[in-house]
Amino acid sequence: MKSKFIPLILIFIFLITFVIFFKGLRNSNIYTPNTNLKKEVPLFELKSFENNSIIISEKIFEDNKYYLMNIWASWCIPCREEHKFLMKLKKDKRIELIGLNYKDNFKKASSFLKDLGNPYNIIVSDKDGTASIEWGAYGVPESFLVHQNKIIKRFIGPINNKDLLEIEKIIR
Amino acid sequence: MASLIGSYSLSFGLLFSILIIFFSVKNLKDAEILDKKIITFTFIQFFFVVISFFGLIISFINSDFSNETVFNHSHTTKPLFYKISGTWGNHEGSLLLWLLVLTLFISIFLIKSNQQPKKYRIFTLLFQQIIIVGFFIFLIKTSSPFNYIFPKPNEGLGLNPILQDPALAIHPPILYLGYVGSSIIFSSALAAMVTSYVSKEWAKHIKKWVLASWVFLTLGILLGSIWAYYELGWGGFWFWDPVENVSLMPWFALTTLLHCILVLEKKKILTSWAMILSIATFALSMSGTFLVRSGILNSVHTFANDPERGLFILIFLFTLIFLSIFIFIFFHSEKEKLENNFFWLSKETSILVNNWFMMYFLSVVLIGTIYPIFLEVITANKISVGPPFYNKLILPFLIPFLIAMAIGPNLNWVKSDFKDKFYMTIFLIISFLLSAVIIKQFDINFLINTILVSSAFFLFFSTSREFFVKRFRNLSQNIAHFGFSLLILSILFNNIFSNEVITNLKIGETLETEKFTINFENIEQEDEKNFKAIIGKFSVQNLDGSSDILNPELRIYNQPNIITSEADIKTNLLTDKFMTMNYVQNQEYFNIRYQVKPFMIWIWVSVILISLGGFLSFFKKRYEV
Repeated sequence: MKSKFIPLILIFIFLITFVIFFKGLRNSNIYTPNTNLKKEVPLFELKSFENNSIIISEKIFEDNKYYLMNIWASWCIPCREEHKFLMKLKKDKRIELIGLNYKDNFKKASSFLKDLGNPYNIIVSDKDGTASIEWGAYGVPESFLVHQNKIIKRFIGPINNKDLLEIEKIIR
Repeated sequence: MASLIGSYSLSFGLLFSILIIFFSVKNLKDAEILDKKIITFTFIQFFFVVISFFGLIISFINSDFSNETVFNHSHTTKPLFYKISGTWGNHEGSLLLWLLVLTLFISIFLIKSNQQPKKYRIFTLLFQQIIIVGFFIFLIKTSSPFNYIFPKPNEGLGLNPILQDPALAIHPPILYLGYVGSSIIFSSALAAMVTSYVSKEWAKHIKKWVLASWVFLTLGILLGSIWAYYELGWGGFWFWDPVENVSLMPWFALTTLLHCILVLEKKKILTSWAMILSIATFALSMSGTFLVRSGILNSVHTFANDPERGLFILIFLFTLIFLSIFIFIFFHSEKEKLENNFFWLSKETSILVNNWFMMYFLSVVLIGTIYPIFLEVITANKISVGPPFYNKLILPFLIPFLIAMAIGPNLNWVKSDFKDKFYMTIFLIISFLLSAVIIKQFDINFLINTILVSSAFFLFFSTSREFFVKRFRNLSQNIAHFGFSLLILSILFNNIFSNEVITNLKIGETLETEKFTINFENIEQEDEKNFKAIIGKFSVQNLDGSSDILNPELRIYNQPNIITSEADIKTNLLTDKFMTMNYVQNQEYFNIRYQVKPFMIWIWVSVILISLGGFLSFFKKRYEV
């Protein structure tokens, strides 16, 4: 009795384990949040970075164009890394870059742009970080591709070459 | 060039597997003695893998970026030492290392086993060849270290900076010696079952392999733990991270096996235990490789994430498991009924008790590690199992385990009564009073901590006494058990007495707490070959008037561009002072984590003592009374 039952149970348990592991392998481990996609852009009213004038979000995104809203800060190291890709993207006339300067110091941010170049068409400053929260940002840097007042793609972390190609594919 | 040679040697090595298997099967039928050709072929196979391995090392040293592995994991600005250690700091190279150790060990096995029956040796070789062929195919088909890139890139992508560390450079080879050593135990146990050679002689012969694997596995885990302590900057030595767990599980199985083999060497009992544990140790090592390499787990060890590779190891692993189950069912017979009369108070019983405790700890870790995978597949829920789970399930059971460990080794074989009742009672009382006094000083959970600490003290005292009573008899066992009691004591004190502050400070600011004052003096920048360092200068004033200077670092590596935080640790015999520094989302402030961890160094020392025990036992003829 014992000698027949135990092996069968053992084999059965291991078979189940195999199936579970097999299915587990198929599951992707990379978690991409789907929130905010295809949603209307959150509204904001912020001061312009250069001259304290008030800029409202409806004005920014009103044209039938593609916009990349990039959340950045001079203290953020990965922002330096992604900056060269933003500069590349600047040359593309089909897209407008909006900078959201996050919890930053005006002097330092200006010298950041002076050193590395200014890729943005408009920069607004988000002194207390509330606008970024409204947009559901996870951290700095983060970028949102916007078209017809809708977020169509978000990029968490610094933009890289692969993201650049993806953007070019979308706006083509 | 070196890559090309390496690549061809690999294929030749695989070819020799076929020859070895062919001649072994032939030899099994015809001759009385082992064919010399088989041994020669095994050596040649080993030789080819060595060439292949050196081919990869040379490609790394020369920064030959036409080799894909080198391109992905190396960089010209990397110091030579890390270029070499980068060879096994990646998926492909580490598998080549597995293969290297596999072939090395089977060669050593063939030399060392010349006193053993021919059939047993050939079967061991055959089973080992199944594993070797599996790894050859895995390496060549799915993860060749010698893929060619054209055109040749000018620069490599660089080695992950957290892997650029001396402890981590030797951690994989040592751990692999332990893992792969268990493959020999596995093959030999299967062979012993097939040839009905499970006996005292077998136990005596395989004991050396068990001990060697066990020592390497212990040291390998220790090195990984030390690395995690100062490099990851989490301020602890064990995080119950899945990848740590998969190295701990074979350790539990192997430790249990070690004790079974010691019994088996004396009396032919516990054979089923020994067989199942031999299989389990290797199966657990392999599943470790599967879990880590397939990317099925989320962990700090973010390695390759390639389902095809995972699938291969999974199928291979389960083939081996089913093969061993079949062999166990059909060949293993328990002919131990006659001798199987356990008296309740004897060394055998206490080893059996030890086995069951070990199996319990093993299952807790196993469930904690793979249950999240099961749950995610079945219900699509993501959970993570953390330290509280392990602490709650393991700590209470440590108490009887420690007490049994203090009493067990003093018992006789077969039948025994409590000797030294007097001493034991005295020790028990002293331990309890001592712990009660210590724990009373602190405002913490009194009951459980007192009992835990007293049982650890109890083991500590009784093993300390053994040094005087038995002197050099059983020195190895005593050192290992003493080391274990020291380990548990240090871990408990480390947990109970540690102090931590996490705060944001800017330069010039001071933080005062009841026990110390931290002053952030300034920061300095330094440029190294492959990274830029930002070094913080902190002075910490303690209550007793002494002060420490701590210099935690932030390193900005150039290739790949990653920031790592290097802890600064001031170690002395009693406490470790540990500080890390991180960027915060505001330029002036740094996030500071300062910890005072008592008895940290004793955790490392005690693990070294434990392995020293195993090491000494390696040179001993026979396990004594």
